[in-house]
Amino acid sequence: MGCWNPKVEGMPPEELRKAQYTLAKALITRVYERSEFYRQRMKEQGIRPDDIRSLDDIQKLPFMYKQDLRDNYPDGLFYASKDELVRYHVSSGTTGKPTVVGYTRNDIETWSESLARAFASCGLGRGDVLQVSYGYGLFTGGLGAHYGAERVGATVLPTSVGNTERQIELMQDLHTTAIACTPSYLLHMGEVAERMGVSIRDDTDLRVGILGAEPWSEQMRNRIENWLGIRAYDIYGTSELSGPMFTECSEQQGIHIWSDLALTEIVDPETGEVLPPGERGELVVTILQKEAFPVIRYRVGDITVMDESPCACGRTHPRIRRIQGRVDDMLIVRGINVFPSQVEHALLEIPEVGRHFQIVVDRKGALDTMLVRVEVSEEAFSDKITDLMMIRKTVEHRLRSTLNVGAGVELVEPGSLPRFEGKSKKVVDRRSL
Amino acid sequence: MEKSYIIKQISIFSENRPGRLAAIAGALRDAKINIFAFSIAEANGFGVVRALVDRPEDAHRTLTDLGFRVSFTEVIGIKMRDEPGGLSDIASILGDTGINIEYAYAYSGKGGRS
Repeated sequence: MGCWNPKVEGMPPEELRKAQYTLAKALITRVYERSEFYRQRMKEQGIRPDDIRSLDDIQKLPFMYKQDLRDNYPDGLFYASKDELVRYHVSSGTTGKPTVVGYTRNDIETWSESLARAFASCGLGRGDVLQVSYGYGLFTGGLGAHYGAERVGATVLPTSVGNTERQIELMQDLHTTAIACTPSYLLHMGEVAERMGVSIRDDTDLRVGILGAEPWSEQMRNRIENWLGIRAYDIYGTSELSGPMFTECSEQQGIHIWSDLALTEIVDPETGEVLPPGERGELVVTILQKEAFPVIRYRVGDITVMDESPCACGRTHPRIRRIQGRVDDMLIVRGINVFPSQVEHALLEIPEVGRHFQIVVDRKGALDTMLVRVEVSEEAFSDKITDLMMIRKTVEHRLRSTLNVGAGVELVEPGSLPRFEGKSKKVVDRRSL
Repeated sequence: MEKSYIIKQISIFSENRPGRLAAIAGALRDAKINIFAFSIAEANGFGVVRALVDRPEDAHRTLTDLGFRVSFTEVIGIKMRDEPGGLSDIASILGDTGINIEYAYAYSGKGGRS
């Protein structure tokens, strides 16, 4: 698909790194001068802007955390003046105090630019009608997609969330070609449409979904694409980054992170040590052109893998893989980081067991033990003990190769595992450390 | 004649912990289904309860509705003489014809069948 900004999107990696360094240097200098908070943090680390002499020197800079935004509620981190600010957004604060982010005119610019590039890479542009079914308002999803779509020349249908039947009518009447929403909402829409006698595949012009704001899987993508007859692209962004958002390109092989807007690192969630490309770890982001407040080495808390290999689309910007979990969910078993989402993905590939599971971690003597409890699927249940033992062995092998640590498997009766999402019941940690 | 030997056995997946057999048996009692015979095959942590009942279809439905994992297996019921050599006769016939016995269990019914 054609590039929105060919010069930048196809820039040779070496040049891109040079541009990143120039931007990073300017950012650190600006922030050190204007941000009391980050200057203080740099001083504690004994580092000055002069110490940043290469892109790798960024690793010397202190991290920022969500807690920093909370501690400085509402706008203690802002260094842009009130007349420079053009927008606030506020996170819901479901897991603590709400966080407030702010935007200067340029911050809105780079945000729109990031999504214009992203949408173009999904084949959207003039003539497309993008139905934005992300929430409008304090949440960043709706307005972000809105500005990006207008920038790329598409016609925006700002339906926001809710009133699904009306959304489906409008989708038909105004010939929506693309929709931006959560994957679960799109599935819900498909079901409501069927009840209304409308097939999204046959009775609408929908051909693209820009889906995100919640974890989803490759299996879910396949289901959405096959059922609704569309291409479904993963979008990534969080409100705290307060600006650029990113999507997959037409190759659907990872999310391009625009390097002139965001500098990404993958670190070990425990030690903060930067990991080489290809290793799984916590995403750390520096928003290079941010003006309202510092977003420097921000620990997003999302787990992913960085892919710096060339993409078939021709864009030179590196990609991150689908988000594989949250740092908060991480377990350390015999020194290996384990995420419940890895177990979930492994189980989805084994038809003999259901998708529900429970992880029980314990300690026998000095050794951690991990047990994964799964339900035998109806189709696979056999009268023969040997068949059931074989299923257990299959799951054990798959888990070992996915997790790099051995786990016992217990087959349990259907319905006996917790159905609801959330770490609290999916993981039972009996270790008393 | 041959058909009469084939019986529909129900097999129920069960965790290996107290009360599971009672739950299964209780459900069948409530549905007024009679159990002729049963056995428990055990593996580490789980087991399979196999049972011969008077109304296999109803038993299957009842237990499935309650959330149990249930399957049908066709087994052969053979009447055996209750005297020395009874088992030997039958096992020899099957062995000589190359038929393997995966599992077997015996019960003594009203008619002295096994």
